[in-house]
Amino acid sequence: MEQSIWIAILASGIIAGTPILLAALGEMLTELSGVLNLGVEGMMLVGAVTGFMVALDTGQPWWGLVAAIVAGGLMALIHAFLTITLRANQVVSGLALTIFGTGLSGYIGKSLIGLPLPVTFKPVFLPGLSNIPILGPILFQHDLLVYISYCLVALLWFFLFRMKKGLELRSVGENPSAADLAGINVFVMRYIFVIAGGMLAGMAGAYLSLAYAPSWLENMTAGRGWIAVALVIFATWHPGKAFLGSFLFGTIDVLGFHMQNFGILIPSFFLKMLPYIITIAVLILVTRETKTRRVAAPEALGIPYNREER
Amino acid sequence: MSAIPMVEMVKVTKRFPGVVANDNVSLTIDAGQIHGLLGENGAGKSTLMSILTGLYRPDEGDIYIKGKKVDMLSPKDAVTQGIGMVHQHFKLVKSFTVAENVILGMKDMGVLYDKTKIQAQVERFCTQYGMCIDPAAKVWQLTVGEQQRVEIIKALFRGAEILILDEPTAVLTPQEAKDLYKTLRLMAGQGKAIIVISHKLSEVLEGTDMISVLRGGKPAGSTKTELASEQELTRWMVGRNVTTHMDRAANEPGEVVLELDKVSCLNNRGQLAVQQASIRIRAGEILGIAGVAGNGQTELAEVVAGLRSIESGTKHVGGVDHTFSGSRDMIRAGVSYVPEDRLGTGLVPGLNAVDNYILKSYAQKGWLINWQQAREETQDVISSYDIKMANLFNPVKMMSGGNLQKLLLAREINADPRLLVVVYPMRGLDVGAMAAVRKLLLAEREAGKAILLISEELDELFALSDCIAVLHRGEIMGVVHPRTVTVEEVGMMMAGKRMLEQHAV
Amino acid sequence: MLYNLLSGWRLEKRGTVSQVMMVVVPLLSIVVGLAFAGIFIALTDKNPIDVYLLMLEGAFGSAYGLSETVVKAVPLILCSLAVALAFRMQLWNIGAEGQLYMGAFGATWVALSFPEWPAVLVLPAMAAAGFIAGGIWGLLPAIPRAYFKVNETITTLLMNYIGILWVDYLVYGPWKDPKGLGFPITAPFSEAAILPAFGVTRIHLGLAFALAAVLVLYIVLKYTRWGFEIRVSGESAAAANYAGMNYIKNILLVMFISGGLAGIAGMTEVSGITQRLQHGISPGYGYSAIIIAWLARLHPVAIVLVSVVFGGLLVGGFSIQTSGFPAATVAMLQGAILFFVVGGEIFMQYRLKWVGKGRSA
Repeated sequence: MEQSIWIAILASGIIAGTPILLAALGEMLTELSGVLNLGVEGMMLVGAVTGFMVALDTGQPWWGLVAAIVAGGLMALIHAFLTITLRANQVVSGLALTIFGTGLSGYIGKSLIGLPLPVTFKPVFLPGLSNIPILGPILFQHDLLVYISYCLVALLWFFLFRMKKGLELRSVGENPSAADLAGINVFVMRYIFVIAGGMLAGMAGAYLSLAYAPSWLENMTAGRGWIAVALVIFATWHPGKAFLGSFLFGTIDVLGFHMQNFGILIPSFFLKMLPYIITIAVLILVTRETKTRRVAAPEALGIPYNREER
Repeated sequence: MSAIPMVEMVKVTKRFPGVVANDNVSLTIDAGQIHGLLGENGAGKSTLMSILTGLYRPDEGDIYIKGKKVDMLSPKDAVTQGIGMVHQHFKLVKSFTVAENVILGMKDMGVLYDKTKIQAQVERFCTQYGMCIDPAAKVWQLTVGEQQRVEIIKALFRGAEILILDEPTAVLTPQEAKDLYKTLRLMAGQGKAIIVISHKLSEVLEGTDMISVLRGGKPAGSTKTELASEQELTRWMVGRNVTTHMDRAANEPGEVVLELDKVSCLNNRGQLAVQQASIRIRAGEILGIAGVAGNGQTELAEVVAGLRSIESGTKHVGGVDHTFSGSRDMIRAGVSYVPEDRLGTGLVPGLNAVDNYILKSYAQKGWLINWQQAREETQDVISSYDIKMANLFNPVKMMSGGNLQKLLLAREINADPRLLVVVYPMRGLDVGAMAAVRKLLLAEREAGKAILLISEELDELFALSDCIAVLHRGEIMGVVHPRTVTVEEVGMMMAGKRMLEQHAV
Repeated sequence: MLYNLLSGWRLEKRGTVSQVMMVVVPLLSIVVGLAFAGIFIALTDKNPIDVYLLMLEGAFGSAYGLSETVVKAVPLILCSLAVALAFRMQLWNIGAEGQLYMGAFGATWVALSFPEWPAVLVLPAMAAAGFIAGGIWGLLPAIPRAYFKVNETITTLLMNYIGILWVDYLVYGPWKDPKGLGFPITAPFSEAAILPAFGVTRIHLGLAFALAAVLVLYIVLKYTRWGFEIRVSGESAAAANYAGMNYIKNILLVMFISGGLAGIAGMTEVSGITQRLQHGISPGYGYSAIIIAWLARLHPVAIVLVSVVFGGLLVGGFSIQTSGFPAATVAMLQGAILFFVVGGEIFMQYRLKWVGKGRSA
């Protein structure tokens, strides 16, 4: 009896962690190219509302997903243009993106609040995998988007640490001047990976509105975009660790609801505070750690690249 | 020696807003030749080489490689032409391995990177040129000399036939510099063309075959090295005869101003940067610290200035124990500090000259700042020290290196300190500015101040110091008198050989 | 062809920072930002010009509208000063919203605990409590930032969520007004605890707090030693340490005061406007403050002007809500304006030059 509750909690943890994971993977790519994009929350919301809107119109959640990815990418394009071409302050530009995205999504979504979505992403059973005791229900009884997120983790790891292009990406974030001289086009790389980050953020938002909830509510991301940004830091820009971190967060998020089963009665507001408090705590612990060890942020993160100023 | 020169730059001109960086410059480099490119800071050497490496396009003039005219639109074209460059500030990704740095950006290496191929190639360079390095080592773990080797390997890996080195010996000990030139000679022997950009006359006179001098963007003279003289080269570089000899009055040193007793401290990564260092400086005395950059000099200066805590040992200024004093107390104790990082630490780039002038003195007079007075004081200083700036209220980052240094020194000297700590003061300055700085330091010495001078230029240390201490891996290898020791002996100490007998100080 | 058109431009560094641009860019960005957002409005089949005119009417077209604009400007000024102070030290305080809520909480605690106190006692006490509560909320993320360099952008932002949830907990729970018909509100404050208003408008004494804060901050930043230290510290931590300034102490102090100012904004809202603590006392003042501070280039006096404009934006936004526009519309407009300010900044240091086709490097 006890075990099945834990399995249920961990399984919900995977689902709850998926949007954070997707957004974090996106932001990771962006930051590895040397650009800080704090607009994740805004991009997720725009992705969520666009995905919902298109899914509702076309009756097909996959079209919604595609639309969300495009929308996220377009939002990121604004940030890319401001920070890469116009060399604007990356922190403020990202904040502008969040504020604008939050506003835009609320504006577009006004008429969509509370509407039900007839066709959503449903869990898909994988032959063999879904039936493994314990791990099966936790990892393999979810919808396709979750499986896609697993693939993305593996793909990104392989790309970053085994492929030449991944090496080039990392060099752009560490020492853009060296990369430039090695013949790598720093601007193009940064544009590509900032937009890719936006696309993943859009996908993360779509997951919320098309699979997790599924519905549209203003501000439905509730800070998940920010948790994703923090997650990139604790995962030390490593996809595998991002997966573990998002799983941890997802589990903490859902733990609240299940607390009642254990007879622990905590006012719901404090449970809602938990993810934010834990994020702050972990961020402090991990930042302390990374300062002493050699693993740290990409050296050129947040600094605009200007070929003449050397 | 082939008849057709390897590189020919003909009547090259490059203009930037407000300045002609290269004016009708022609340069010929033969295969198998080590060619020295000499000139002051701002003479146009870097610009010329940037054109050769495809970073800039010339406004006028042509470039011929092996007799064929080439039009280079980007650094990639230069690489295709067989031109490779080793920059003064290495373009390496510190967190990557040597192998990863070498193959970064190479086109025909496939989608995944093949470590064995690189291994084989690197080993070949080892036997061919005596440049050995572990391909799996992370760059941040290597010494500066080794990092430079990686840069050279990078260029060779891309098939460089023409190798350009920008101030290569700035970060090497005298012995390492000799080794480097040996390697370059081997490469030249294999038919490569080598260009060395330098401002060090002695090095260029020793190691090159041909020398070309630039001054103010224009060609100032070219000669075979065996026919060149120091006087002639200096005249070409500066345009007039310059006396490099400074008259140093014999001084009676006064009482001890600074005393460090077995001081140790850590660097930013928590490792021991300075170990058991003991030095003593008297009033009216200049103590020079010699050593290759990265051996604890910065940390030592920071310890004296109160910016770094002391792990063990004691520090006394004017007889008073200041072992645990921070920067504010040291300023009050009469210690002035001209840091290595002029623009960033010593001066705030985004603030104007007035703000920067009162950077330390603002704390002296109560709650409010008297801007009127501050402006007047700054104005006085600018005229008396002959500092050139467009506008008193412009951010100082717009000022040139020499003027920045003068402003910094003016502020530190005007604070009337007991002890002046100066780190790499001549870096990046032209001959005129260097002479001015030297004069200022000697004047302070005459006025009875104690000076701690940290520098990489042995000539400068020998000319200015009363004593020289050599720092290697944070330890003082020996304290010597410049009159009774040779450059070679100091060079050996810099490389780690301790002095067997102390010359009487 | 388009590529040739685009690639023929070069950014050329100016000799000095353009003073003209420093004023033109913010002004222009308001106009262009509204135009940009207008595109999205048009996409939903509404005429943006009509919308903007309606907003203008609502905000400045009547005495009521004008007074409401001033009412909104008060917390905006205070929060923007808070944000600007922190930004000057390169401390990215995104937590003004949460600090405002905590300030409101602090002030409410005093009001509810001492209902019998006279105004001359309870109002200053509320202001002090608001300042301290907001200050602590700003100080908490400052500590890991000062000592461990933990990114304060994320921590201050996450604290917003925590602060708002805390207030929700109180107004839905222990502090809920039993006579409040189940709404998330506390009992109303006593007369004494309410900031007096001017005439028939809702403009309250909080305006004086705001203007006083502007004056104090202006003098401090320009003429005091501490103001100088802040400017230096914001530009270069290394230089600040070098000059003997206590960088860590300054981080803590600045964040405490920054949070405190936002806390006072919270106090003025619950004391002057809502006259009780309730859910949603701020329509995002803390976030708008970021945009205002940036538009005003962190100058205290410019902040007053821009706050009035943004106050008008908010009032205008409310007035079109009856026509079916969600509150989020205003956020969208504000975000768009910020894009253009941020993007336009480069023109203060560089000018655009046409150099023709086919040039590289």
